[in-house]
Amino acid sequence: MNPFSSGTRLRDMIRAIRACKTAAEERAVVRKECAAIRAAISENDQDYRHRNLAKLMFIHMLGYPTHFGQMECLKLIASSGFPEKRIGYLGLMLLLDERQEWSGLGLQDLNHSNQYIIGLALCALGNICSAEMARDLAPEVERLLQNRDLNIKKKAALCSIRIVRKVPDLAENFMSLATALVKEKHHGVLIAGVQLCSDLCKASTESLEFLRKNCTEVLIRILRDVSNSPYAPEYDISGVTDPFLHIRVLKLLRLLGQGDADASESMNDILAQVATKTESNKNAGNAILYECVETIMGIEATSGLRVLAINILGRFLSNRDNNIRYVALNMLMKAIAVDSQAVQRHKTTILECVKDSDASIRKRALELVSLLISDANVKPLTKELVDYLEVSDQEFKGDLTEKICSIVERFSSDKLWYIDQMLKVLSEAGNYVKDDVWHALIVAISNAPDLQGYIVRSLYKAFQTSSEQVSLVRVALWCIGEYGEMLVNGAGMLQGEEPMTVTESDAVDVVESALQYHASDITSQAMSLVALLKLSSRYPSTSERVKDLIIQHKGCLELELQQRSIEFSHILQKHQTIKSSLVERMPVLDESVYNEKKGSPSTNSIPAAKASKPVATGASLNLPNGVMKPTTAPIGDLLDLSSDDVPAPKLATNDFLQDLLGIDLPAAQSSGAAASGGSDILLDLLSIGTSFQSDSLPSNNVSNSQLNSSVVSPLDNLSSITSTSASLDIGVSTIGPVGLMDQKSRSPPSTATAPAIDLLDDLSNNMSLPGIESRDFPTITAFESSILRILFSFTKQPGRPQVTQIKATFSNKSFNTCTDFIFQAAVPKFIQLHLDPASSSTIPPSGNGTITQTLSVTNSLHGQKALAMRIRMAYKVNNQDMLDQGQVNNFPSGL
Amino acid sequence: MVGSDLHRLKSIGDYGGQIFSFLSFGVIGCQIRFILLQNRQGKTRLAKYYVPLEESEKHKVEYEVHRLVVNRDPKFTNFVEFRTHKIIYRRYAGLFFSMCVDITDNELAYLECIHLFVEILDHFFSNVCELDLVFNFHKVYLILDEFILAGELQETSKKAIIERMGELEKLE
Repeated sequence: MNPFSSGTRLRDMIRAIRACKTAAEERAVVRKECAAIRAAISENDQDYRHRNLAKLMFIHMLGYPTHFGQMECLKLIASSGFPEKRIGYLGLMLLLDERQEWSGLGLQDLNHSNQYIIGLALCALGNICSAEMARDLAPEVERLLQNRDLNIKKKAALCSIRIVRKVPDLAENFMSLATALVKEKHHGVLIAGVQLCSDLCKASTESLEFLRKNCTEVLIRILRDVSNSPYAPEYDISGVTDPFLHIRVLKLLRLLGQGDADASESMNDILAQVATKTESNKNAGNAILYECVETIMGIEATSGLRVLAINILGRFLSNRDNNIRYVALNMLMKAIAVDSQAVQRHKTTILECVKDSDASIRKRALELVSLLISDANVKPLTKELVDYLEVSDQEFKGDLTEKICSIVERFSSDKLWYIDQMLKVLSEAGNYVKDDVWHALIVAISNAPDLQGYIVRSLYKAFQTSSEQVSLVRVALWCIGEYGEMLVNGAGMLQGEEPMTVTESDAVDVVESALQYHASDITSQAMSLVALLKLSSRYPSTSERVKDLIIQHKGCLELELQQRSIEFSHILQKHQTIKSSLVERMPVLDESVYNEKKGSPSTNSIPAAKASKPVATGASLNLPNGVMKPTTAPIGDLLDLSSDDVPAPKLATNDFLQDLLGIDLPAAQSSGAAASGGSDILLDLLSIGTSFQSDSLPSNNVSNSQLNSSVVSPLDNLSSITSTSASLDIGVSTIGPVGLMDQKSRSPPSTATAPAIDLLDDLSNNMSLPGIESRDFPTITAFESSILRILFSFTKQPGRPQVTQIKATFSNKSFNTCTDFIFQAAVPKFIQLHLDPASSSTIPPSGNGTITQTLSVTNSLHGQKALAMRIRMAYKVNNQDMLDQGQVNNFPSGL
Repeated sequence: MVGSDLHRLKSIGDYGGQIFSFLSFGVIGCQIRFILLQNRQGKTRLAKYYVPLEESEKHKVEYEVHRLVVNRDPKFTNFVEFRTHKIIYRRYAGLFFSMCVDITDNELAYLECIHLFVEILDHFFSNVCELDLVFNFHKVYLILDEFILAGELQETSKKAIIERMGELEKLE
């Protein structure tokens, strides 16, 4: 009984399901059917098995679970009749996939005497076989490739494709069989054979070579035959004979011709023929042309052929069919790499496509345009894009704005043009402009003194019409604050600029309306307040009004705004005398620093600017090295860092070692290395380098001499040592690898040490007292902070001038006990360091007692290089982790 | 091997919406990832996958593809980007035929391919309508299996496929 032709129950079920008005009704029907099918399964019902499976497939398609029917598929496949097997395989492919095991059944059917049953098994194998099954059944499929039946042959060929994709190692087994397939006449077998060849080429280079040698000629003949073929009703699609075969052959030719001049050479003629003779008024013909162009671009084609190909794309671009234009844009994108001149010729048409109503065409065209832009055409192209910005869809504005900004920034060498374009974009689509873009604009404005007057006036004008564009407003606020006087007095008038009169109160009006309009935007509000403060000094006549405006924000709930408001009004009221110098114009922003910062990927890293401009932070110095050294900028910088920016106490000792070993690295690298993590930054900042201030040297001398008289080394305490703190042994052998760990791209330490050592050389030259070999060395203060003071005293054993014993004495100046005290030190490579345990890990408060620790230092370059050391102290005060770091560079000479 | 594949699929499946990794997983370089036939309401009339997907993922894909194609302006291209792949779709009355292929593939060829499939259906059911496809859904699958195998075209002659179907029907 045929479950389908009789149309009894399957049909009824579908009808019942279709009749359901609600999802709940449908679920009820399906539940009932499933229950019946389950019952039939458990009774092992033979008669209705195929019908039940057909129903299950329908239920499955509706999205209900049907896993309970999976075994039924296998049972049906195992039965003997064709109808049962057919529905069984269908169910197998629908309800199961390659994760189920059925290779035993498959093997049986592949060897069946009935060609239709072989066909079923091949079909299932081709659609859902796993790698394991592919391996198991490959020999059967190879055998079937030589079957006389064409249906089996083509199915076996497609099965082989799946097998080769699953198990590329098997490719070589199929090479010669595939070459035999492409010699067939039947299109089904041919197309399958050609596709198999393509997959073999991708699977192994050996197959590629083999097929290139044995198939190229045959394929060219196939292509010639099919493209010259007279009308063939069986394969005709809108006037073209078998476009699918065309396309498959062209694809394979591309694989064979790629990077092979001889093979490409032999294809030239036929490709030219296809490119010129194929009908291009129907989709089928265009599909062939498209593939042909891609092949010409892919192989080593002659330049004439390439021009032909680009011209086809040009024709495509002016086609009315969106599909054709879309593929043309896609292909032109690839063609740019091959021949950008030829693509340039079509730029007007491409530009039109940017304005298309279809989003996918617009997107493609925009990408293509940005690839096409060069110095020669950037201005007209940008103008087109900016003009289009006015009329483009809202949802496209974001993409378009981003592209325009990146183009304009890329070609920003013409300042006036760059600023003009940016102003246009800001007033058209300021809400879509990213923060870094307008930040860059401000940097550029600050660097263009002769344009500032023009800019501030243009921004003022733009603000009148586009006050809703946030980034325009921000840039305008900044510029009006900075260059307010140029707005009023018309300074720096450019040629051709329209003169305008702006009064001082007009300018304040702008800021006031920005304050009102963008009331919810804290950044704009904050910028407005700054602008107001600056204006009050630029325009003394408005200062009363400005004061009122600023005071309005005194009660603001945003802390930032409230603080600004209160502080600014204080300045206005109480500090009139310093106000004008306080709100002077911003110093010119450093473009290179900004770009560097922009380029560095991690936003939470300490900006490179900070490292390269240590003097700027020198003022916040709180833990100087030595007693009095107001200009130890690098250290100030790093201490700054450790006290707030980086949770340094959490760093592992390992990191610390790396940090300290940064002594090997020249400071010049610190700005270049975009730090990836906190430890790296430390490493950069810690490096001794050229930024080290030489004017600190005299003061060192002073401090040392002072120390000589005032500090007594508390040697007495040495005896009462209980060791709890960690001891560190950093030898030359260990420093090397550790130091190198983080220096992949840096210069080797041997050259890197040079600047640091040079400085230390200077140091020793300045301070050396020649002729004295064994003398008493003065005790130095190696480190002093508000809490800690560390003194180093030195002894040398006679006859071993390179070895120095350093006794470090730690005292606590604060009123709280320091606990868990750990002292660590690191030295350059030419020095060996050994740390003994400290006498205690607790330092009593108020200087009432000290702890000591002995360091033994061996200077292998004694007499040539002076000692240098980095130190780090970790401890707890009131259970709070503290971390101090310092660099000891005031060692007495001769150590 | 099979087990580990399963595990991997599940783990990717749990990752939520990101399923395109699935589509390229397993059968590398497969040209047609799946074929869907849906009506305007989003009811699936045929769903053939040439890459292994979890059932839940299949439903998600069907839902998303329907959403993508159903409201597109007829003047727009017949190609929509879908994750890292591309849907080539064509609408016939209230039915959407969609194929998911590689992003670099020849879109125009697949458009032609869909049309050929529709012509075959039309010929087989003599003037096909949605109801034919509903009540004879299994036939549609069988026709597709004669047209496309392993994600590749198997036969480009309408006549050959119709004849083959005739032969097979006789065996029922």
